[in-house]
Amino acid sequence: MKTCLIVDDSSVIRKVARRILEGFSFHIVEAEDGEKALEVCRRELPDAVLLDWNMPVMDGYEFLRNLRRMPGGDQPKVVFCTTENDVAHIARALHAGANEYIMKPFDKDIVTAKFQEIGLI
Amino acid sequence: MTPVDFEYLRKLLKERSGLDLATDKQYLVESRLTPLARKAGLAGIGGLVQKMKNGAAALTVDVVEAMTTNETFFFRDKTPFDHLRETVIPALLQARAARRSLRIWCAAGSTGQEPYSIAMCLRECGSTLTGWRTEIIATDLSNEVLEKSRAGLYSQFEVQRGLPIQLLIKYFKQVGELWQINPDIRAMIQHRQLNLLQDFSHLGTFDMIFCRNVLIYFDQETKIGVFTRLAKQMEADGFLALGAAETVVGLTDAFKPHPDKRGLYQPNRVRAPSLVPGMPSTKAAVRA
Repeated sequence: MKTCLIVDDSSVIRKVARRILEGFSFHIVEAEDGEKALEVCRRELPDAVLLDWNMPVMDGYEFLRNLRRMPGGDQPKVVFCTTENDVAHIARALHAGANEYIMKPFDKDIVTAKFQEIGLI
Repeated sequence: MTPVDFEYLRKLLKERSGLDLATDKQYLVESRLTPLARKAGLAGIGGLVQKMKNGAAALTVDVVEAMTTNETFFFRDKTPFDHLRETVIPALLQARAARRSLRIWCAAGSTGQEPYSIAMCLRECGSTLTGWRTEIIATDLSNEVLEKSRAGLYSQFEVQRGLPIQLLIKYFKQVGELWQINPDIRAMIQHRQLNLLQDFSHLGTFDMIFCRNVLIYFDQETKIGVFTRLAKQMEADGFLALGAAETVVGLTDAFKPHPDKRGLYQPNRVRAPSLVPGMPSTKAAVRA
């Protein structure tokens, strides 16, 4: 079973995303900010990360830069999932090593399409 | 909606668009035409039918368009576009090396996601197609969806279904809350209104035809007729892409399935004697 780490400071978003991804048999781990997400990754790297951008303590962009520097940190597929929906943010995320990008609001079709695109579904 | 009104609409849609409505599809007619009736200031579908019977031509066009399914998204089903990149383009690059031109037809182009996906595939070939003349013709029954296709403007929701993010930032620009495909990609598509039930020989011959998720709405006889006419518009070594739930098998021998690529078909040069007009059928020959 593949593991997906959902990183978002909104418990509602985490719940919605969990429900969608559990439907595709992902084992879900949750974190409410980038720092807590890094702790999870230090223990065990997930197969995928669904990542918010704006969060307290450590934002998603900072988390991604740290993740990609970790041993094996190039392995997890990272999908940003954020309200930052302009070209500049998207380009910055891809440059930092994001694999895909979801612009909120999202639904099941979009999450499915994006996870299919990176070969996780 | 009365059974008489439903029967009138069923016959009209079959004649005008080939749509083969089963008798249990009254809910579909009601859900799509009730808003149209209200928009026209009519009480319901009964009023709509009455106006059409009295010769309201524009309203009839609106009814046919409203009943057309335009569900589409970028790189829908993914596989046909893998076939285009990995099988069709390499084969045609060789076969058309002398004339250096490619003609592709999207027979149900809808709101543009399919023709623009093809255009992006061709553009992603980079220098391989430099100096080649590439034509993509997008046709659809509905003028309304063709207008949307021409504009190339899509919602955030639409650009997130099937379109890889790298292609979004490469080929689109943000226009307020929408995303518009770049003018150079838009210029690769020629849009034309076309009813597949009518003659399309004027379009010329093609190296590839995408005719996906449209024939599923037609009855067998109509499908066979369209396949026969599609084969005439196809280069002998051309390719036909059908939808995931569609096939030529059991319907026509004008095309044969590609041996390795599901959903891809090629004109059949060796036709079975039973289906060649004017020739005795195999069964008849056996009986004789």
